Amino acid sequence: MLRKLSVIAAVAGLMAAFAAAPALAAGHPLEPEKIHWSFNGPFGKFDQAQLQRGYKVYREVCSACHSMKLVSFRNLGDKGGPFYNEKYPNSNDNPWVKAIAKEFEVGDIDSETGDAIKRPATSADRFPSPFPNEAAARASNGGAFPPDMSLLAKARTGGPDYIHAIVTGYKNPPAGLKVGPGQHYNPYMPGDLAAYWSGDHAHVPPGGFIAMAPPLTEGGVTYDDGTKATVDQQARDVSAFLMWAAEPKLEERKQTGFAVMIYLILFAGLLYASYRKVWKNESH
Amino acid sequence: MSGHSTYQPKTGFERWLDARLPIVRLGYDSFVDYPTPRNLNYWWTFGGILSLCLASQLITGIILVMHYTPSADHAFASVEHIMRDVNYGWLIRYMHANGASMFFIAVYVHMLRGLYYGSYKAPREVLWILGCVIYLLMMATAFMGYVLPWGQMSFHGAVVITNLFGALPIVGPSITTWLWGGFAVDNATLNRFFSLHYLLPFMIAGVVILHIWALHVVGQNNPTGVEPKSKADTLPFTPYATVKDGFAMSVFLILFATFVFYLPNALGHADNYVEANPLVTPSHIVPEWYFLPFYAILRAVPDKLMGVLAMFGAIACLFALPWLDTSKVRSMRYRPTAKLYFIIFVVACCILGLCGAKLPDDPVLGHFKTFTLGDADLNSFVWLSRFASLYYFAFFLVILPVLGLVEKTLPVPDSIASPALSHPAAAPAEATAAPEMKG
Amino acid sequence: MADTAVGAKTESGSDPSRRDFIYIAAITAAAGGAAALAWPFIDQMNPSADTLALASTEFDLTKVADGQQVTLKWRGKPLFVRNRTSAEIQKAVADDGASMKDPQKDADRVKPGKAQWLVLIGSCTHLGCVPTFGGGDYGGWFCPCHGSHYDTSGRIRKGPAPLNLAVPEYEFLSDTKVKIG
Repeated sequence: MLRKLSVIAAVAGLMAAFAAAPALAAGHPLEPEKIHWSFNGPFGKFDQAQLQRGYKVYREVCSACHSMKLVSFRNLGDKGGPFYNEKYPNSNDNPWVKAIAKEFEVGDIDSETGDAIKRPATSADRFPSPFPNEAAARASNGGAFPPDMSLLAKARTGGPDYIHAIVTGYKNPPAGLKVGPGQHYNPYMPGDLAAYWSGDHAHVPPGGFIAMAPPLTEGGVTYDDGTKATVDQQARDVSAFLMWAAEPKLEERKQTGFAVMIYLILFAGLLYASYRKVWKNESH
Repeated sequence: MSGHSTYQPKTGFERWLDARLPIVRLGYDSFVDYPTPRNLNYWWTFGGILSLCLASQLITGIILVMHYTPSADHAFASVEHIMRDVNYGWLIRYMHANGASMFFIAVYVHMLRGLYYGSYKAPREVLWILGCVIYLLMMATAFMGYVLPWGQMSFHGAVVITNLFGALPIVGPSITTWLWGGFAVDNATLNRFFSLHYLLPFMIAGVVILHIWALHVVGQNNPTGVEPKSKADTLPFTPYATVKDGFAMSVFLILFATFVFYLPNALGHADNYVEANPLVTPSHIVPEWYFLPFYAILRAVPDKLMGVLAMFGAIACLFALPWLDTSKVRSMRYRPTAKLYFIIFVVACCILGLCGAKLPDDPVLGHFKTFTLGDADLNSFVWLSRFASLYYFAFFLVILPVLGLVEKTLPVPDSIASPALSHPAAAPAEATAAPEMKG
Repeated sequence: MADTAVGAKTESGSDPSRRDFIYIAAITAAAGGAAALAWPFIDQMNPSADTLALASTEFDLTKVADGQQVTLKWRGKPLFVRNRTSAEIQKAVADDGASMKDPQKDADRVKPGKAQWLVLIGSCTHLGCVPTFGGGDYGGWFCPCHGSHYDTSGRIRKGPAPLNLAVPEYEFLSDTKVKIG
């Protein structure tokens, strides 16, 4: 009897899932394209070359406005990271990491004079933010606050698919949509455009306004590995990099998970066999 | 705790200890020799699974506190410190966050099992009420725990829930200010929630001990709802129940591990990876999935105070259940009509959960023209949640009291042992696990 | 779980060796799983990655004048970087042959050719207090807590401390820069 109940509960769950799909009517943003990331699936891993390219896009394009304050330089050389090298298990010794850190200046206090000074970053430092605080960031960006990128790929529904869709998805605003100064129309951006739309009210364009101008340009960065720097390629690379930045332990997690699953399945099998043995001569 | 003890100290030390502190005897009588109805099915394994969940949450929680900083300025970063820098911190935090969901999955199964098999009926009323107390404490603990990462959902969830108390007449505003320790959710609120989030699980553990004590006084219910009459009806807890519980736990752990290792954020909300900002509310604020049915009931009522009362009333119904159900027959296995209403109740709870996750004014069936009644759009989640809430309360307050007086029940077996042997059709789900017994 | 096997003995019928094997395997798997799970719970108390990242530090020696000492914080403990005068060095070398609790030559406590630079962990080897320079009977450090006397090489000469002041792992990156740790 209870088996029937579970079937009913499962059906109710499925109905819930289906009911969710058509709810995206006019006014909602477009669904981001699902990209086949190397880190998808139970055995997914980051593609190190892609992470290095993505880091370059972050460094040359994003980091002008977006902070990444939870990530340290040493993380770049951690296992699974863009500049990991087996020769340097301690990422603090990794020469690429050291070289990257040196390019940045971080604030510090001079231990003798007590003055605020700038010094070259070390691998233990975190990525310095482009603006000292939120107010300064807003003042330099027309009132909009460029979000911190450390967790961006986990802080947005759709994750890296969403980031890829946003940076490649800018469209010319449809006629009848009033776009304010410093605003850009993006069909993947959450928002409600009804107030800015002078056309048919049943067909409000999908998406919303975003203050960021289209950040990527064809060939805007030059990849060291010779990959052609199309906008789509850059978007994929930086999205993958941001996924790594948000979840640097992803590979370790999935690999541990595999071992745990094998163990648990064997363990459950042994317990089931024990259960059958114990109950062999008992009716129930 | 019930009946005489059959514990025989074997060694000299055991005899010595038994004369001074009979703790081994207590353990033996409670978990080894304890007579268990022989027909318990897998739905009865969730008590053990829940103990596992509580232990897991306590251990991982105590560890997280070693690295967490309860301060509005540092809480968010300290959680990320756990995720990025602490050895295996990601594992421990994901176990704790998903463990809460697992805990609620198990407790809902455990409660529905009690509801279906009438485990709340005399003489088990106190046992049931202690369970309801545990459930309330769990909800309070889970809510305060969700505030601690200090993300956007943590913060604004705390704002919404604490504002519920503002609905109470006269004392409402004073209570909210008292809860906050200020004029809004802030550092003081975070710190007290942290303190209580640490305290409450130990209170849960205490009530769990009372719950098990009460269980061992009245004995376990079983799928037939007939009390064990002779030794033939029961089996010793160990090894029969322990090995079955152990197997069920290992299967449950597979589910748990799937979430921890492959879907660690599937049950959470993306907005909680954005640090709390009192100036901006996320566009779509929802509680964790396990609160969604109650959240839907809250939103189903257009009046603020009545909505809050309805939500608390939904929980109060559970406490009153032993006296609301008038049926003489315990198990719904022999109550075909009640079974039907029970199934609808489970579906109504699922629908309420769905409604809680949706925007109230969104259409339920997007492809259909809307049905209107006056100026009300019936094809909306708020109306769906109204119908489902109505059924929720009707089930407890009308159906169960009336049905017990008027329904036609099936014949109830004389004892546990007789139908299990003579009537295979009545055997519970796990009968398939032992097909050789059927012949 | 241990009682599973006990209860099973009352059973009759199936082959006992196979039955026992399953119970033993299940119990072993449970114990192994618990042990494997215990490791993350224990290891989380070890220093975290950000703590380890700060475990090595670079220091510019030009900040320390002749005969002076700078105290830095390294791994949460004080670290003495002393620019020794030739008198101090001579005194330390002259005492190399004296009877000591923890005999060590002065030359073994500094880097070759850099005898003027003495780098020490400023934590008394007795119970961890911070010794002060210039006190005691040997012209070196003196620990105020329980009266341990160290000489100008940081060697224990008198008092309860069992060992010389520890020299951390360090290396000269250039003539004026050391990396400690």
